[in-house]
Amino acid sequence: MAMKTEIGKICLRVADIMIEELKLEDVTAETFDPDLDLVDEVGIDSMDLATVALVIRDEYSIRIDEDDYPKLTTIRKISDYIQQKQEEKAQAAAG
Amino acid sequence: MKTVSSLLDPHWYERYKRISRLNIRSSIYDVTNRCNLRCKGCFFFSSGEHERAAEETDLGRWEAFVEAEKARGVNLAILIGGEPTLCLDRMEAFYSRLPTFCATNGLIKVPRDRFPDMMIGISLWGDEEDEKILRGKDTFAISSKNYAGDPNVYYLYTITPRQLGKTEKIVQKIRDAGLKIHMQLLSNDEGVDGFSWTPEELLAIRQEMDDILDAYPDTVVSSKYYHKIITSGEMLGRRFGWQQCPSVTQPLDRRDPRPRRLIDFIRWASDLKTMHRCCTSETRDCSTCKDGAAHMSWVMVNKRAHMRSTEDLQNWIEVYEMFAKLYQFIPW
Repeated sequence: MAMKTEIGKICLRVADIMIEELKLEDVTAETFDPDLDLVDEVGIDSMDLATVALVIRDEYSIRIDEDDYPKLTTIRKISDYIQQKQEEKAQAAAG
Repeated sequence: MKTVSSLLDPHWYERYKRISRLNIRSSIYDVTNRCNLRCKGCFFFSSGEHERAAEETDLGRWEAFVEAEKARGVNLAILIGGEPTLCLDRMEAFYSRLPTFCATNGLIKVPRDRFPDMMIGISLWGDEEDEKILRGKDTFAISSKNYAGDPNVYYLYTITPRQLGKTEKIVQKIRDAGLKIHMQLLSNDEGVDGFSWTPEELLAIRQEMDDILDAYPDTVVSSKYYHKIITSGEMLGRRFGWQQCPSVTQPLDRRDPRPRRLIDFIRWASDLKTMHRCCTSETRDCSTCKDGAAHMSWVMVNKRAHMRSTEDLQNWIEVYEMFAKLYQFIPW
């Protein structure tokens, strides 16, 4: 996962959070495929996602709506979601 | 990192994908404190839960309560009691708003014009002799007539130690009535003589459950892994008990560390305010609890722990499928 862009950095951090919180073995943030389906391949469930969402909430100061869980199926999609929420927050603060 | 597709062949992977996104959010509701039976070993009465809260009798409040439960994210309402069929209007408040399952003793026939496809689980505690000892009457004679051939009904057969060697006869009767059967074991909360399990009896009943699943696969809704878990109380080297149970009411759950559990699960009393501790009763010894749904849920919430090997993950899939069938998330 060699990504230097902002979204790339978020992907790496989300992968780190997943590995740490869910105690995933034999994978690093760098080797975690950001497009791997988290449910169909990694086997995470909504409780796992809720655990990860709490850490993301604290770290990025955004709230992940539980209704949005079904569409957050990969690390890249979670990262895009975080970035979008941050932009919305910045726009709201500016305007 | 082990992935699901690396552990499963295409057939099993398809089965996995059929259930992997179901996201079942169940809660349990005491529809009433009353029952038309008084069974020895019924946790609801033996623990005094029938006196914990006064029944809400205003139907409008039941309807508003169910709306709030739906908004809370519940997508499976499990109705118990007391005997839910004594209060059909309250049952309808759930059924018209949420996927609903009703546990009943089967003595009152649920009118199918009001509840056309609601899944019904009929409790059965053994053969005629055991039913008379534990429940005061042979309920099967009545319930099987009420529901014969109904495609949305199964018997929840609570096996007692005295049923060893007799379960096949029961399965045959249920098959002949055109119904399905799921099995769990009596926890014997009231310590009725002769109805507590010995280790040897648990080993023997596990073999018997395996054998009838092999012999009657179209009638018995079960899995051998479930038989292993419920008879041994062990899963992946852990022992079932308070610290492992997934079916504890979430707002009352003070366990630390908190185990993997059913998200937002609550067991509500019939006043629609009081919460019970768990899916059975506070007086039950968790280390000997044999509740079938709690053990199934224990497996289901521990999916990734079952990603150690192909066999473990297949076992997990079979248990999840069983639960999903019993509560109508997938067809039989």
